[in-house]
Amino acid sequence: MIEKNLIIIGGGPAGLAAAKAAYDEGERDILILEREQNLGGILNQCIHNGFGLHTFKEELTGPEYAGRYVKEVVARGIEYKLGATVINVTKDKVITCVSEAEGLAKYKAKAIILACGCRERPRGGINIAGSRCAGIFSAGTAQKLVNIDGYMVGKEVVILGSGDIGLIMARRMTFEGAKVKAVVELMPYSSGLNRNIVQCLNDFDIPLKFSHTVVDINGEGRVSSVVIAQVDEKLNPIMSTAEEIKCDTLLLSVGLLPENELSKMAGVELSPITGGGIVDDDMMTGVEGIFQCGNILHVHDLVDFVSEESDLAGRRAVAYIRNGKISKDYVDVSATGGVRYVVPQKISRQTDCATLKLKMRVANVFRNKRLVVEADGEEIFSKKRPVVAPGEMETISLNATHLDKIKKASKVVVSLKEA
Amino acid sequence: MKEMICICCPMGCHLQVDASDLSNIKVTGNTCPRGEKYAKDEMVCPKRMVTSVVRVNGGTINMTSVKTSESIEKKLIFDALDTLKGITLDAPVHEGDVAVKNVCGSGVDFVVTKNVPKK
Ligand SMILES: Cc1cc2nc3c(=O)[nH]c(=O)nc-3n(C[C@H](O)[C@H](O)[C@H](O)COP(=O)(O)OP(=O)(O)OC[C@H]3O[C@@H](n4cnc5c(N)ncnc54)[C@H](O)[C@@H]3O)c2cc1C
Ligand code: SF4
Repeated sequence: MIEKNLIIIGGGPAGLAAAKAAYDEGERDILILEREQNLGGILNQCIHNGFGLHTFKEELTGPEYAGRYVKEVVARGIEYKLGATVINVTKDKVITCVSEAEGLAKYKAKAIILACGCRERPRGGINIAGSRCAGIFSAGTAQKLVNIDGYMVGKEVVILGSGDIGLIMARRMTFEGAKVKAVVELMPYSSGLNRNIVQCLNDFDIPLKFSHTVVDINGEGRVSSVVIAQVDEKLNPIMSTAEEIKCDTLLLSVGLLPENELSKMAGVELSPITGGGIVDDDMMTGVEGIFQCGNILHVHDLVDFVSEESDLAGRRAVAYIRNGKISKDYVDVSATGGVRYVVPQKISRQTDCATLKLKMRVANVFRNKRLVVEADGEEIFSKKRPVVAPGEMETISLNATHLDKIKKASKVVVSLKEA
Repeated sequence: MKEMICICCPMGCHLQVDASDLSNIKVTGNTCPRGEKYAKDEMVCPKRMVTSVVRVNGGTINMTSVKTSESIEKKLIFDALDTLKGITLDAPVHEGDVAVKNVCGSGVDFVVTKNVPKK
């Protein structure tokens, strides 16, 4: 058994930022375990630009953003292993890892940061009738095939889901010469960023059909058409509106799920809403010494926020290695009134942080609201929000005065109220 | 008054643009000066960054990614993409390498955004 102070599972933007922060905090005994043959995670396939304006004050593509962090990690001489898949984590922080180079290896860590990212919801997780023919891909798989392997997936495309990956792929397929016939969205709004609707659909006159879904897939061997229909308020298809669209490819962009198999093995309590762990203001889960950050914790739309959150996790993991667990009792932070969830879900009364960011998502599109934080019913923070949408994560920055009030409260609630 | 969404960064600020006088376009709703510049350019001459991929010979992966070194006129997008078809770079390629110089006479290059080492 190899002993390490800090082991980070996952070498995507979350793992890299956590490693860099931990090193800069003075920790030298760090190991990153990454399953793929490259560091950088999913950003390696996100070749479009728009990353990093908050972190680097310039606009980078996904591979460039990842490249910056890889450089920082390499420059610090932080140890990492590639092709190393972690298959088990225990609550005593024993890690089992398999790799071609070392076979089966066991590690024992003083602290673990889980930074495994998320995966795409597969077709089985939604429920579309119709034939199981070729030509149906998840949008992320198609992104990898086109951008990394150089394999074009189809000529006439329908995309189900208007999240960012679906929107980005609509433009990508268009650039590669395909005809994107429609992007079909179940909800009356898109969960993608506005800029992606502008840049990826409107620019190329690709129709975005809100409150529609795919009800049938036709084809023998390969997809030949899909049938779409409008849905009612209860999201049930109205079959009289059914319309057939000829296509050879259907891309599914129907959501991401945090990758929490390892967390479950370690006994980490998960949130039924985010699908990620329940963490405190140090990003520590309920299992002492096990931290989470990035998409494993909750799905982020901006990698900049992943880096920021992971920087915190890296620093606090080092504090834990040095001083053990300081937090003894917690104030629960809950979401209500249009706010779907808040991370972190609890704040330590012993916290020595002068500032804290709360991240959250709203349940619907709302206009002219205020985001409000209440401590035992007293409004301690309020911020005007002319428009909020489920696709854009909201952030509240709390200062020392807010935190003092929170530490004395028995519960904290975040909600949307009339402006 | 025209409503538009700034696409210069993922914040996606909602801009209100008063272009009744083209020599004095008024922009509100932007968080930073780039938003104002975007709205003005969008009214006068819309431009886009273009990203795509180029085939790599003898590398650890088949494709590298490229971007335009600056944004190019929107109407040039597909002509620009055509310049990438049929070209192959030899591994190793490095971030910052020029894949295509002076794309369609725009003065803008396609530059590599991903290192691909030799196999
Ligand atoms: C298909 C797809 C496309 C996306 N496109 C965009 C986009 O265009 N713009 C954007 O801002 N965000 C995008 N995102 C969100 C993006 O994932 C985040 O911004 C960011 O990459 C999250 O960083 P991360 O480190 O948490 O996760 P990831 O980047 O997913 O990194 C997690 C890493 O952990 C490794 N790992 C997982 N399990 C194990 C294990 N058991 N053992 C060892 N290693 C493991 C993985 O191989 C991976 O490298 C996309 C996400 C997906 C899934
Ligand atoms: S105005 Fe500035 S902050 Fe807002 S979207 Fe544009 S570039 Fe981003």
